[in-house]
Amino acid sequence: MGSYDVAVYYFLSHVLKNEIIRPREITSATLELGSKYSPDFVCTPFKYTLGTMIEALEDGADTLIQLGGGCRYGYYHELQAKILEDLGYHCQVINLISGGNPISVRELFHNSSFQIKKKSFLKYAFLTKKMVFYMDKMDSYIRVNRCYEKEKGSFNKLRKQMLLEFSKAKSSFGLRKIYHKYLKKMKKLPRRKVERRIRVGLIGELYTLMEPFANFEVEQLLNDYGFEVKRYTDVTYLLFQKKKKVKQYLKHFFIKYRIGADALDNIYHTKELCEMGYDGIIHMKSSFCTPEIGAMPIIEQVAKEYDVPVLFLSMDMNTSETGFLTRMEAFCDMLEMRRKK
Amino acid sequence: MDKVTIGIPRGIPYYYYGNFWKIFFKQCGIKIIESPKTNEEIIKLGSQIAPDEMCLSMKIYLGHMKYLEDKCDYLFVPRIDRFDNYNQTCTNFLAFYDLANHYCKIPILHYNIDSNHTVFDGALEIGNKLEIPKMKLLSAYGEAQALDDDLKKKRAEEQQKILESPDKKILIVSHSYNIHDEFIGSAILKFLNQYPIKILYSDYFLEEDTNSLSKQISQNLYWKYSKESIGAIPLCQNVDGIIFLSTFPCGLDSLVHELAIRKIQKPYLNLVIDDISSMTGIETRIESFVDLIEQN
Repeated sequence: MGSYDVAVYYFLSHVLKNEIIRPREITSATLELGSKYSPDFVCTPFKYTLGTMIEALEDGADTLIQLGGGCRYGYYHELQAKILEDLGYHCQVINLISGGNPISVRELFHNSSFQIKKKSFLKYAFLTKKMVFYMDKMDSYIRVNRCYEKEKGSFNKLRKQMLLEFSKAKSSFGLRKIYHKYLKKMKKLPRRKVERRIRVGLIGELYTLMEPFANFEVEQLLNDYGFEVKRYTDVTYLLFQKKKKVKQYLKHFFIKYRIGADALDNIYHTKELCEMGYDGIIHMKSSFCTPEIGAMPIIEQVAKEYDVPVLFLSMDMNTSETGFLTRMEAFCDMLEMRRKK
Repeated sequence: MDKVTIGIPRGIPYYYYGNFWKIFFKQCGIKIIESPKTNEEIIKLGSQIAPDEMCLSMKIYLGHMKYLEDKCDYLFVPRIDRFDNYNQTCTNFLAFYDLANHYCKIPILHYNIDSNHTVFDGALEIGNKLEIPKMKLLSAYGEAQALDDDLKKKRAEEQQKILESPDKKILIVSHSYNIHDEFIGSAILKFLNQYPIKILYSDYFLEEDTNSLSKQISQNLYWKYSKESIGAIPLCQNVDGIIFLSTFPCGLDSLVHELAIRKIQKPYLNLVIDDISSMTGIETRIESFVDLIEQN
């Protein structure tokens, strides 16, 4: 998902003695492979992950790790394991989060297929957390500033270099040093000057937002239009901040309960974005994402109250890129016209 | 407070708690009004306001709410989150209250079931709100609970009798709110009833039995109502065929039914009902399925 494989690989390669196979990059072949063996109306991340799993197995993996979440994501792994078994692969699928709760570390230690270096486990867990934190911080900086670059691709180039250096870092101090080095470099990049800033908020379902292939690189697209992009959902938010924030949201909000997965967060973020004066909001989800469907009517109403346009996009394997581009173009033109008024 | 009318929409939670509520409110002396069985008008009301991708059962529930909106003082919409960490519900159940609040202009009477709150807490809350004397409330709650349990036991016994009979049997695996709904399930049941085949319902078994039996099919399942529906499969070892019934695009069933289908060695039929699905197509499929079972 996104560039997080750098962090995950970093962690696993330092902690495990086993051989680790990097998943191939997601392409339309992955999606096709996944959806061929998936049930009909399951949400799209299931198809993506199943496709990646099959590819990894073909590359020689025998143990796969799957995460879980507050919706049906937590149940993916069991069906995926069964599908893979029926396809004739011999593998073990390990789920790290079951029923919304992470399984205990002790259980992982006892799992015979892992050879964990116990001494370095904590150290690298900490380092990986830091790395993800810096990656997310850098990404949100890039999203706001990339749209003003004079030389196209200059931000992306630096980002790539930074990720490469991250994967060789050995200490928390080293990570910080690299982060600041590249932040400085980015701040020095030549920029265009603009009269009007147009800002767009991205909300929605986590997989579609964070995997550039699944959303047709919407962030790059918006940046190319000259729009700043704000996105709340990233791994730091989901793993480390969400729990605390949701409690705050529930205290002062007209929504009384949580609606599962990130639905409540998205409604709250809509309100926050509107209050901060953002020009438009794009809500993205994979098809049939139940929690987001429940949130959509409420998001629509909130945005209406503040008179902020919202574009709802539902991404599936059948979504054509041309159709998507047309809708984005229309939306972006509309935002520009509104701004001129 | 004797003029209050409470509207109970005949939607999703009605099929789990409806009987209980009806007795409870009757004992408390409160007038209730139920929405009629699902009809074209209600589906239309629901799908007009709901987003396209919402599941049919939820659209129907919203339709029932909308139907009752101007006919009562309070709309009774509970929110069911989880009973414990391994007995959760679909995320739609989590959104009941907030969606009802969003769509309907009248006050919502609700309670919340999650890890810290039970149905009993909910009853107390409602009692407070409607100013029901506590003694009356407690006795009504007890009575409703007892009668509801009786009904469930009676149903389970009947099922057991069918299970032991030598006739051909079909098990229908589905959520209660699908199979007993007038639009989704009844037409199918009516069609099945023409044949000399006995029908078993997954939701008529006692939940204590089915909940733990579901482990035989799925180890990590954490949805209460899905557990109960697929838990009926190991319980009915000697049925001749299984019909899986779900609505489009149900999030839980898309995974759970698929897994169950991959694990059973019996003839099965997987029916997915949409709001535009034609009955003829479904009839043909059921017909050929029944033929297959009769030949076996």
